[in-house]
Amino acid sequence: MKKLITPLVLVGLLAAAACSNNPEQQADAGPVTLKVARDPGLDKGAIAAFDERVAQFEKANPGIDVQPQEYNWTATTFTAQLAGGTLPDVFTVPFTDGRGLIERKQIADISGLVGGLPYGAKFSPNVARSGQAEDGKMWAVPIAAYGQALHYNRTLFKQAGLDPDKPPATWDEVKAAAKQIAEKTGKAGYAQLTTDNTGGWILTTLDYAFGGRAEKLDGDKATAEIDTPQMAEVLQLLKDMRWTDNSMGANFLYDWGGINQAFAAGQIGMYVSGGGNYGSLFTQNALKPADYGVTVVPLKDSPDAGVLGGGTLATVSAKANEPTKAAGVKWIDFYYLKKLIDKDSAVLDAKTTAASKQPVGAPQLPVFDKATYDESLTWVKDYVNVPLGQMTPYTDKMFDQPLVTEPSRSTQEVYKVLDPVVQTVLTKKDADIADLLKKADAEAQALLDRN
Amino acid sequence: MRAKGGLSTLVFLLPLLLVFGLFSWFPIARAVVMSFQETNLVTPPTFVGLQNFQDVLADPLLWTAVKNTLYFALLALLFGYPVPLLAAVLMSEVRRFKGLYSALAYLPVVIPPVVAVLLWKFFYDASPTGVFNTILGWVGLGPVSWLQDSGSAMPALVLEATWAAAGGTVIIYLAALTGVSTDLYEAAEIDRASIWRKVWHVTLPQLRGILLITFILQIVGTAQVFLEPFLFTGGGPANSTTTILLLIYNYAFANSLGGAYGSATALSIMLAVVLGLLSALYFRLTRSWSTS
Repeated sequence: MKKLITPLVLVGLLAAAACSNNPEQQADAGPVTLKVARDPGLDKGAIAAFDERVAQFEKANPGIDVQPQEYNWTATTFTAQLAGGTLPDVFTVPFTDGRGLIERKQIADISGLVGGLPYGAKFSPNVARSGQAEDGKMWAVPIAAYGQALHYNRTLFKQAGLDPDKPPATWDEVKAAAKQIAEKTGKAGYAQLTTDNTGGWILTTLDYAFGGRAEKLDGDKATAEIDTPQMAEVLQLLKDMRWTDNSMGANFLYDWGGINQAFAAGQIGMYVSGGGNYGSLFTQNALKPADYGVTVVPLKDSPDAGVLGGGTLATVSAKANEPTKAAGVKWIDFYYLKKLIDKDSAVLDAKTTAASKQPVGAPQLPVFDKATYDESLTWVKDYVNVPLGQMTPYTDKMFDQPLVTEPSRSTQEVYKVLDPVVQTVLTKKDADIADLLKKADAEAQALLDRN
Repeated sequence: MRAKGGLSTLVFLLPLLLVFGLFSWFPIARAVVMSFQETNLVTPPTFVGLQNFQDVLADPLLWTAVKNTLYFALLALLFGYPVPLLAAVLMSEVRRFKGLYSALAYLPVVIPPVVAVLLWKFFYDASPTGVFNTILGWVGLGPVSWLQDSGSAMPALVLEATWAAAGGTVIIYLAALTGVSTDLYEAAEIDRASIWRKVWHVTLPQLRGILLITFILQIVGTAQVFLEPFLFTGGGPANSTTTILLLIYNYAFANSLGGAYGSATALSIMLAVVLGLLSALYFRLTRSWSTS
């Protein structure tokens, strides 16, 4: 009978824990202990680099004791941590979560402190919006922005007789390359994320690339746009690669960690994910730099075709008292932002990171303006240790692609609805795409109407 | 003296009552309250009456989850229920290396469930070079998609769950078997009963009580299967392994911005009530069998 009460106890305990989140209880003067997020599963070098940055921060801020806490945003664990009050004081979330967290007051209002930063008004407006409340005050700070990219394995390209310096530039070429890789190497030519809401995320990315949109906003009214010719075309492409070309391997239940692991292990020829993925592939999955290639997501010849862009926000826990909030913003400034805008900080960060043999210089989109970004690259160029030459197919074109933000309403829920759609196409040979899209559209619309 | 005894009993009992009340019953009571609320656990909740229950019952995925859970329970009953009994009876018949067999049978139970799942995930690799598919290849079979196909995913989960849980039940049966009077077996041997007749006429009737208990435990356990679908497939492919508990988890945690905790607790309570009623009905129906 112990199992009988497990779900009740689990949710109930969370409720009890959430009830005890009283900021006033923690307000006291004196030194501040600040728990900050650190990626889990980092290798020794990456941890050493992080610890060194912590030491530098503590030296500059003697009243603050920084304690790293392993934290990684995933849709399924974040809610539990948020509700249970177990998040670090400073943690990161994707752009898609910013507005909702602010509206529900689930994070601390640090707008006053952020406004006091010297570059508070310099954020790129597109990027800044995701961290701002309705009144324009910035509660969550954008620290990184990305556009989706097509990552590929140069070694598998060579083995398959493809030129790794000329990666596919159209979806027909992606399909042909995937088939060639699968036939010549026996590995998956192209793989797709499908679980934990990432199935919807990448399906939406491809939909954007084909000129579609997952939802449309008209004033306050959101309409699902899933049952569209673009989405059908994307799914047909995946269906053909999976069942006709047999070029997608044997695993169709990939989550973000799983696909990165498989790619770094040389099991996958190509996959679509954030353009800045090199860091996690290298520090968490032991990717061999020589294997790595990245290019832009091919866009269809349509005026609406665009690349899905997103990013990361740094936020402070709603539990934090005033001194902790102030310390948290200092950390965000020191660890995430200053290096993007201040030469000395950029050099110190790059030097520390490179000394621990961690990647410096992986491509990103600018959080501030492009000129600042370009200038920041010149500051750290001596320390860049990522194979930049292998990334030129991406870096040469990343700024030319129209960037389209993620669906803004019920984003993760809509992605969740799309997960089984892409899974069905990849695991059922006779999947009826039209029927799947019709049902998913109705389901997503019901969600949008309810929220 | 009597009153003093009562007080000291209470003093001894108090820590247990407190711990039980705080960690077991308070969360349950809190969950019942929450099933009538809309809350994100950070800002104050609002009462919504039966709305959460209505939302859950109107969700088409609920019936998929119910069907999947029943399918899991059925498969687990077909494979998982007889296997430990058979193993225990066979092991009780052998004289040599009995301890070794018990240890081997119990070994999977000692392996942490998450480790076991990760290990089996590796075995279930759907490519022709996967462990199970390589073995099947030796006899000219496969490759099987295992977890990557809606048809084979659930049986694959049941297979691992049976492997993981059978050892514990084997030990229960073995313990029960030691309680069976040897006189009965001796009498059967004098009557020149074969091994199967001994099992049928002596062992099984003597184990009746424990068999009834493990049966209901099996039903309750399988109705709450979570770990396997969560770790192996995340409910996929195409919701073919989404069980009731996984649905509860998804309600609460799949939306990163604060899930439908009300719906999650409403479904938890409905499941608990159904299982409670089922258990009560079962014990009522089988009361005469277990005591006769």
